[in-house]
Amino acid sequence: MELFNSESKKIVSDPINVNNPISLQVLGICSALAVTIRLDQAIIMTLAVVFVLCSSNVILSLIRNYIPTRVRIVIMLSVIASLVSVVDELLKAYLYDMSKQLSVFVGLIITNCIIMGRAEAFALKHGPSKAFLDGLGNSMGYGLIIIIVSFFRELFGAGTITLPDGGAGYVLWSIPDSWYAAGYENIGLLVLSPGAFIILGLVIWVQREFAGVEEDA
Amino acid sequence: MNLLRKIFEETGKFVEKGKPLSWAYPVWEAADTIFFSTNKQTSTGPHIRDNMDIKRTMFFVVIALIPCYLFGAYNIGYLNALAMEIDRGLFANTIFGFSYVLPILIATFVAGAVCELTFAIIRKHEVNEGFLVSCALIPLTMPPDVPLWQVFIGTSFGIIIGKEIFGGVGTNIFNPALTSRAFMYFAFPTKISGDKVWAVGPDGYSGATALAIPANPVEYDTASNLFAANTQFDYSNLNMFWGLIPGSIGETNKLFILLGAFFLIYCGIASWRIMVSCVLGLVFTALLFNLLNYFTVDGIIQAGGSPNAMLTITPLQHILIGSFLFGTVFMATEPVTSSHTNTGRWIYGFLIGVLTVVIRSINPAYPEGVFLAILIMNMFAPLIDYYVVQANIKMRLSRNV
Repeated sequence: MELFNSESKKIVSDPINVNNPISLQVLGICSALAVTIRLDQAIIMTLAVVFVLCSSNVILSLIRNYIPTRVRIVIMLSVIASLVSVVDELLKAYLYDMSKQLSVFVGLIITNCIIMGRAEAFALKHGPSKAFLDGLGNSMGYGLIIIIVSFFRELFGAGTITLPDGGAGYVLWSIPDSWYAAGYENIGLLVLSPGAFIILGLVIWVQREFAGVEEDA
Repeated sequence: MNLLRKIFEETGKFVEKGKPLSWAYPVWEAADTIFFSTNKQTSTGPHIRDNMDIKRTMFFVVIALIPCYLFGAYNIGYLNALAMEIDRGLFANTIFGFSYVLPILIATFVAGAVCELTFAIIRKHEVNEGFLVSCALIPLTMPPDVPLWQVFIGTSFGIIIGKEIFGGVGTNIFNPALTSRAFMYFAFPTKISGDKVWAVGPDGYSGATALAIPANPVEYDTASNLFAANTQFDYSNLNMFWGLIPGSIGETNKLFILLGAFFLIYCGIASWRIMVSCVLGLVFTALLFNLLNYFTVDGIIQAGGSPNAMLTITPLQHILIGSFLFGTVFMATEPVTSSHTNTGRWIYGFLIGVLTVVIRSINPAYPEGVFLAILIMNMFAPLIDYYVVQANIKMRLSRNV
């Protein structure tokens, strides 16, 4: 098992930082905009994506030698769709409030480009342990960005920070009433989708600055 | 003057390349070129000898805005006196107004200067004067009572997102002043729209702007009748031209805006084609809507549907109410974000006029549509130019066969 050599580390850390699926490859933007209104939604969504991506990568990598090339997309989709159904049912059973808030976006994990992309680009060409690490790295990279975006959107848009619990979410901190009395106002724009675009754009800017990536002009 | 020159030469030594303070060179350069013309010489063509550099262009725009500032301040005082039912002289009204305008102006300039200087230092380019015009325009688009920290955030947003991330002055897609106006409109809607913000009065004082009256009428009537029925302010055409009505600081007096327009056209800074075509587009669409209203409500053919009083606003009233003229003269003509070909300018301006009336009349949620119309057309200006150029190339090719 080559779990902790430098190559494995690179498989995990690259997608989190210098090859981030959202901020550098600009994949999976749809759900990144939709589920980032509140922090707890983003955290649950991250967990769901970590589960789906790691499992689908491992399963597809295990059966990669038996998949005929022509029908690989169908098989990838059926594996991913089954896993997403499992997540959806689990959320409905144990986190019903959260499941209602996330609504269709759990189901739409199926269409998240990151998952199909990693299956096609990585899992079908590598062994299960590497595929697992790749799935972990990419889903964490995805999760990192949406958690950052949702943190700022919720803090400045709604004035709260909510963590997930069994019910409607645990409010960790909210802006005190005295601030509002002194004239502070939430930025309503951030709750709307354009706000997500703006925050995401700023995150992409900062991340690319640190990762030293420059777009070809 | 010699003393000043000496001071700059002495301090300049500290910010030269290789000195520990070299990061501050853009700041020094900016201060230096305010007083003295640059001694930079062009090394490649074209060598144009002209007194009209970017700094002077910007300066003329600021001069054209001064009457708007003065009247805006007076109008704040006038409306306040009206609301408080007291009598104040012209001078006292203006002073009262400036106590509202100056803080907004200072907040804008501080925010603009901080953003511009930060970017100049990090990106190691010279401070560009473009932000002065943006910052001079932003307060004129604000209601008098707007909180200063919101102005600060809005201006920073406009300068950074509207301009700097696209590469600074000359490469921006959207008008920075309008970007910050749009940001504030959507971010803090309670402080920049509605009935309560446009006139400074006692607590809870509300005064509907001319656009809000036909947008939310108690009972359907034509816009002219609704204006006449409003007893709080005098919304006759003449008074709307003089501008003693609630509105953004700079938008109300149409005479001074027109003076600014003639000044800018005379100096060759703003394009008269854009201004004229904006008005043409507005008149065309307003007439079209008048006709539509005639057929669906007043006329013989009763097509049904709920009547919309906004459709009955005449073209002249459309020009006089709201910030259409201000946007047309000072925002739509911004040289960077408007179209660059003459044919393109006609199309660009015409569509601004069309969109303004469409947004005003069709969508009751946005009584004022000028800033959205200009931002939308800013986005399409390069596309319009591209097709104008392509059409010209095609035409000349076909002539050549």
